[in-house]
Amino acid sequence: MAERIKPAEKFKRDRVPMKEQDPKERVKNFNEVPYGYSLEEAIKEAQRCLQCKPAACVEGCPADVHIPQFIDKIIDEDIEAAFKEIKITNALPAVCGRVCPQEEQCEGNCVMNKKGKPIAIGRLERFVADWAREHGIVDEDIDESQKKGKKVAIVGSGPAGLACAADLAKLGYDVTVFEALHKPGGVLIYGIPEFRLPKSIVNYEVEQIKKMGVKIYTDYVIGYIKTVDELVEEYDAVFLANGAGAPSFLGIPGENLNGVYSASEFLTRSNLMRAFDFPEFDTPIQAGKRVVVIGGGNVAMDAVRTAKRLGAEEAIIVYRRSRAEMPARAEEIEHAEAEGIRFELLTNPIRVIGDENGNVKGLECVRMELGEPDESGRRRPVPIEGSNFVMDVDNVIVAIGQNANPIVARSATGVETNKWGYFVADEETGKTTHPKVWAGGDIVTGAATVILAVGAGKKAAKSIHETLSAQ
Amino acid sequence: MARILKKEQWSDTIFSMLIEAKDVAKASKAGQFIILIPKEHGERVPLTIADSSKDEGWVQIVFQVVGKSTLELSRMNEGDELYSFVGPLGMPSEVEKFSGKVIMIGGGIGIAPIHPIAKTLKDLGNHVVSIIGARTADLLIMEDKMKEASTELIVATDDGSKGKKGFVNMVLEELLATEADNVDRIWAIGPPIMMKACTESAKKFNKPIIVSLNPIMVDGTGMCGACRVTVGGKTKFACVDGPEFDGALVDFDELMARQRQYKEQEQKALELYKAKEGLA
Repeated sequence: MAERIKPAEKFKRDRVPMKEQDPKERVKNFNEVPYGYSLEEAIKEAQRCLQCKPAACVEGCPADVHIPQFIDKIIDEDIEAAFKEIKITNALPAVCGRVCPQEEQCEGNCVMNKKGKPIAIGRLERFVADWAREHGIVDEDIDESQKKGKKVAIVGSGPAGLACAADLAKLGYDVTVFEALHKPGGVLIYGIPEFRLPKSIVNYEVEQIKKMGVKIYTDYVIGYIKTVDELVEEYDAVFLANGAGAPSFLGIPGENLNGVYSASEFLTRSNLMRAFDFPEFDTPIQAGKRVVVIGGGNVAMDAVRTAKRLGAEEAIIVYRRSRAEMPARAEEIEHAEAEGIRFELLTNPIRVIGDENGNVKGLECVRMELGEPDESGRRRPVPIEGSNFVMDVDNVIVAIGQNANPIVARSATGVETNKWGYFVADEETGKTTHPKVWAGGDIVTGAATVILAVGAGKKAAKSIHETLSAQ
Repeated sequence: MARILKKEQWSDTIFSMLIEAKDVAKASKAGQFIILIPKEHGERVPLTIADSSKDEGWVQIVFQVVGKSTLELSRMNEGDELYSFVGPLGMPSEVEKFSGKVIMIGGGIGIAPIHPIAKTLKDLGNHVVSIIGARTADLLIMEDKMKEASTELIVATDDGSKGKKGFVNMVLEELLATEADNVDRIWAIGPPIMMKACTESAKKFNKPIIVSLNPIMVDGTGMCGACRVTVGGKTKFACVDGPEFDGALVDFDELMARQRQYKEQEQKALELYKAKEGLA
């Protein structure tokens, strides 16, 4: 057991840094960038925690992770107990420890912020989950006597669907998840690159959920093979967590030229289909010498860093606002910068230029300046007249967001959608306009973060449980 | 799941397989497609459903060997399981009972996807005139099945080795020259260049023509946008908005350019595979 240090000492200590792959090396491979904490590093960082009561960090966590408790167990050097503490509320700790925007959530609320750097809660969560996986620690089996004899169908095996499935399985429900792709995990598998979230880790956490008795049917597109209406007939409750999943394009000329990708296509080819291993894997991908990614969110950062790793000599972000307005996590932007990504800020694309064979050869852009704030509260970018210029590029990747995918919605009678095609669902419960149907994640909110989807899945599970137990 | 129940070789490069897929067979409608991955390292290959049996629980696919994936698929055998098989995908054909005739045109491998639509239309009581064509007699597939699914069947080959000599669009044009007034709707499925030619012919007689597009696809559920096509000046996703569209509105030249996108990589993958497997 490591010693518990006095608060004055805690304030003097710096946050323990996490070692990571050298940027010069990592742009040549798809291996994970940060190495994670060692046990000693984790304990040292855990010792800084003030163990606040009530804990502000937990209030910022959509998964309600028992943060002070699990950190305290790290100081005890009882990592198994720390793991079990986390698993009480979060079925995806290795995932969340890596991809949550902690700076806005748990760590953003940390009292230590006032005196220095917050406790590295995400890194500690990741450490505990990785340690448990490496040591073969599994959650206790489900208590068979808790079986409810009620069936729940979940559409989509992304973070919302998995979180909901895990919570309901724990409560004794018979849960079946339907996944459209051939591998479970949703955006964790097709969207987030290996260097940020290794697929083996996602697979492991999915396997743990399956061990809880959750059935996952892959290659099963609800809306085609079976309608939501049919699920409503066959199950006691249905949770729709099918994701946003329809890429937005800019609507500029030349967007259908060869070499223009949506970020979803580019990332799906690389992540799910392992195009970075072509021709060992059969799915091809193009990343020419100069690749431009349009957008400033996390997906744009994932795409541009993937392009660099696929061999682009120059991988460039084109974003119409300034760095301050970029929606990507600071850490993602910093990682991209360290890897030599070029940022063309306050720049807006207006036309993709093709050659005689229909391939991309250039991108015409215009420089922007920030004008008055718009309805989002951000200053509206305004084009500077006469500032047009052309960049020579081989690929253009559009990462400007998603629209609602219509397949599931059109087979769900009585489940209301809004004017953009997203399901209308109560924020606190996930209840839709249909008494047997809940919805959550990106198909309700539009593209958001993994942890918000996890939170939505958990809220829906709670509400489904309340509703079904009252019947 | 997704076991190969029956495999037939119809020509040097054309194969038919019945795939065990109970739920897919039950749900599939004419005009829809599936996506399969032959083996774990494979890519997602979209193929239109050529036939299906709800009772026996199978879906028929017909494919031509063009690259590594189709070559690898063609080398799989009865009893083997596909790594992945998902469907049905896409919007079903809009079929109804028309007062006049319908013309169904299948070119080459396109005869397979035109078959279930013809069959459905005939079952609805339509007078179905089918024109099926291939480069040469050896490559003509599903003649008997198409005969069954049609009221009248016309065969054409480019080299005249069977049926009429010439392209299917020429046969279409001859037919329209005499019967245009009796024709309500035309469907054409085959290589884009053939669908484009048929569309030109149909336009001359001001007849509506539906084509089924086969752009490069990845997920096939509207998530990636790889299959985007320009229809009537608007971008559509062939996988969820189609695969069938009003031929008169389709930008075929763009479709053809987009299909060539990975030609080099595909060639390289094919050569590597052949070398590895010791194939000529």
